[in-house]
Amino acid sequence: MAERVFSVRRMPGFTPMAILVFVVLYAPIVILATYSFNAGTSLAIWEGFSLRWYASAWQDAEVQAATFRSFGIAAAAAMVSSILATMAAIATTRTAAFRGQTFVLAMINLPLMAPEIVTAIALLIVFALVKIATGYSGLGYIVLAHTAFCIPFAFLPIRGRLEDMDQALETAAADLYATPWRAFRYVTLPLLWPGILAGFMLAFVTSLDDVVITNLIAGPGQETLPIYMLGQLRRSTTPEINAVSTALLAISVLLVSLSFLLSREKE
Amino acid sequence: MKPMRLSLAAAAATLALVTAPGAPRAEGVLNIFNWGDYTSPELIKKFEAKYDVKVTITDYDSNDTAMAKVKAGGHGFDIVVPTSTVFAVWVKDGLLLESRPDQMENFKHMDPRWVDVPYDPGRHYSVPWQIGTTGVVVNTKVYQGDSATWGVVFDPPPELAGKINVAPEMNDILDSAIMYVGGQPCTDDKAVLKKARDVLLAAKPKWLSMNYASPDSYAKGDIAAGANCNGYTFRARLLNPDVHYAFPKEGFPIWMDNAAILKDAQNVENAKLFLNFIMDPENAAMLSAFARYANGIEGSEKYLPADMRDAPELNPPEGKGVFLHTCPPEVNEIMTRIWTEVQK
Amino acid sequence: MTGAAATALPAARARWLLLAPALLILAVGAVGPLAVVVIYSFLTPGDYAGVKWIFSGEAWVNLFLQQDIFDDTWQWADAHLSIFWRTLLLSVGTTAATLVLGFPTAWFIATRPKRSRSFWLFLVTVPFWCNLLVRTFAIMQLIRNEGVINTILRGLGLIDQPIQMLYTDFAVGLGMAYVYLPLMVLPLYASIEKLDFRLIEAAYDLYAGPWRALTRVVLPLVRPGLVAGSILVFIPALGAYVVPRMLGGGNRMMIGNLIDLQFGQGRNWPLGASLALFLMLIVLAALLLYVRQVGRGDARNG
Repeated sequence: MAERVFSVRRMPGFTPMAILVFVVLYAPIVILATYSFNAGTSLAIWEGFSLRWYASAWQDAEVQAATFRSFGIAAAAAMVSSILATMAAIATTRTAAFRGQTFVLAMINLPLMAPEIVTAIALLIVFALVKIATGYSGLGYIVLAHTAFCIPFAFLPIRGRLEDMDQALETAAADLYATPWRAFRYVTLPLLWPGILAGFMLAFVTSLDDVVITNLIAGPGQETLPIYMLGQLRRSTTPEINAVSTALLAISVLLVSLSFLLSREKE
Repeated sequence: MKPMRLSLAAAAATLALVTAPGAPRAEGVLNIFNWGDYTSPELIKKFEAKYDVKVTITDYDSNDTAMAKVKAGGHGFDIVVPTSTVFAVWVKDGLLLESRPDQMENFKHMDPRWVDVPYDPGRHYSVPWQIGTTGVVVNTKVYQGDSATWGVVFDPPPELAGKINVAPEMNDILDSAIMYVGGQPCTDDKAVLKKARDVLLAAKPKWLSMNYASPDSYAKGDIAAGANCNGYTFRARLLNPDVHYAFPKEGFPIWMDNAAILKDAQNVENAKLFLNFIMDPENAAMLSAFARYANGIEGSEKYLPADMRDAPELNPPEGKGVFLHTCPPEVNEIMTRIWTEVQK
Repeated sequence: MTGAAATALPAARARWLLLAPALLILAVGAVGPLAVVVIYSFLTPGDYAGVKWIFSGEAWVNLFLQQDIFDDTWQWADAHLSIFWRTLLLSVGTTAATLVLGFPTAWFIATRPKRSRSFWLFLVTVPFWCNLLVRTFAIMQLIRNEGVINTILRGLGLIDQPIQMLYTDFAVGLGMAYVYLPLMVLPLYASIEKLDFRLIEAAYDLYAGPWRALTRVVLPLVRPGLVAGSILVFIPALGAYVVPRMLGGGNRMMIGNLIDLQFGQGRNWPLGASLALFLMLIVLAALLLYVRQVGRGDARNG
């Protein structure tokens, strides 16, 4: 038996535990995805490979409507929150401490810390009053709520990227008599762009994922994908819900991967 | 910067699309607010085709959630389907439109027994949706004893302890507990109410869940017994023949869900068409065939699927059922407080 | 950063202009509504839903005390207290579980060759971004009576009746630990990565075993990561809603579900508001504790 090389980096038992954790982290999702291809109707007994559940989910009008709506809301919320987060990041990063900084950062991070159910009921009450006052009851409320809680998620990668950026380039632009706007547009923005895209995708995924807040404030005909799934989970559960879930998973994984690749520091 | 401009433009377009109020593609719209998994999709398709109306259905899972959402305002629903146990409150609080179904064309098909109900005499506000009972459900593979008693749920035998599900519907369960201890529903006898509360709190640790779980929870063995509605149990039995529905000998509640138009509905004409539509015997039969309950329309029997005619769930024994209607406010207050204790 | 870098330092006015839209959206969509919740917590419940605009402090009293239904004596609100206790226990338990599981994982990632570290980090983060409903549903499918685990155990002949795992406190704890594990790993990794391994080497040179090296040297050094991870798990666990609802069976409530109940069958909006604020206060207290810890920690590590 070869002697094990002693390394300060090894702790007994840590590696097996870590591997176990990775397995446990992915097992439920993998099993869920696997059974979405189940030919039978059971969620635990494998009866052969089939794409029938994807087909039936694809053709279900309710699924189509909910998906389209979810993506629309997510796109709108992610876009607006990315823009706002970019502006906020520029204003608060790489500057000397300013008055009100703690307040601003607290506001921006509030949605991350406040329990969702609290925000949900607060919005329920306020939006109801607004609905009566204005008579408007479109998707705007949901988009507004999503934008608000997406801001911190978009903020983080953008701020991270901004902090890593070398200010020398912008200083050089200033030395060449560029106005602040031009410096931003032609120097900062292109460098920041991957961070903004990363923030956009994180915000998109977060909006797509929201259950608690959307469930409470959605009106008639405003069913999003998570609300649809929540309803389905109360009915006869067939692998169709696995199919929808797996499709949603795949999209999330794709977007997060892209976001991750974009925020990696370019060598 | 071209890709940037393009993506900005695309995003702006999406924003406009999403925030514009939904333009109905059909002639009209109808927004139904109903219990989950309770509306026949076939019926909706038939209605949509006949009147060129786009129908949306939003779910609620309890009468209280429904009332909370409606009272909060700005809900946008046209039709709501409250149970007989709370219907009088909806009327009293002015939430419903007096739409006079009794003057509609299909009213002649109404079963005369259900025309003069205490909460809506003469049917000025509502049309019966489905009628059902609440009783004891047992998986006969797990428990072979006498199941025609609420003792199965409120004082469970050892084989069933920890495997019982109780539907979270206050009036049904609390009234059943009251009947179990010998009282009558809507009683204001505090001693009886206290006994009922104690029975429920003592039984609660032996329950597994208080959910409106899907019918295949019984089929898949997640639950072995419970207090649920007959139609729901019928659907569970179709998935797993071991599921058995029993009418308890202490008495069991009969309830009726009624479709009504909300006072601030925005599509009143379409809603009236819908109420008239479901009074047609063939359409009422469609509702029953889906949810597996009886309906209040005469003449619908001949359109029902064969397995519904002899179903034990739909044939209650005479005399033991108590039709539930709304209790007086003071009683309701005590009942709500007891129920909140139980739910926690 | 010098005076010449005027383009990188927005003037104060420009800064607030830039911040204004974000702050406005946040005020309307997150902070402002909380003010309304405060108001509602001081009103009287409406008969069947909503509120009556009559001042009442009862919602706050009812958090802990309530009048008995039948004899009007004031008693401890047992149901509320047991829910608070369950929430606290489950949140602490989840934090502990994720700590025990997350530490080796973070250590593992931090000790990989530099190039592959971001890949492992990515692998840990991905499940976190997947839909919460889907992940909870996935756990449900594993542990239900006809789910994968029970089917395998029965197939192997180890048990003949399925083990009741779903709709128990265990299920809720398991679900929460599963969902929040990535949140613990990331800050732990950040701390471990910055470890000066020479200090550990020194400990071994002084004849310390791995356990002593771990407890006496490593843990104090990674304390910021430990604290950050614990907070990142503890706070969301306190406010959990979806996991206890789906895996708890409806009668194993946590504070989030109790709040939701007040807006449905509980018919007590002011109580729902006061419970929500109570939860927020606990969260803020935990955050304050964390900020203090971080302050002290920084001072110690220099």
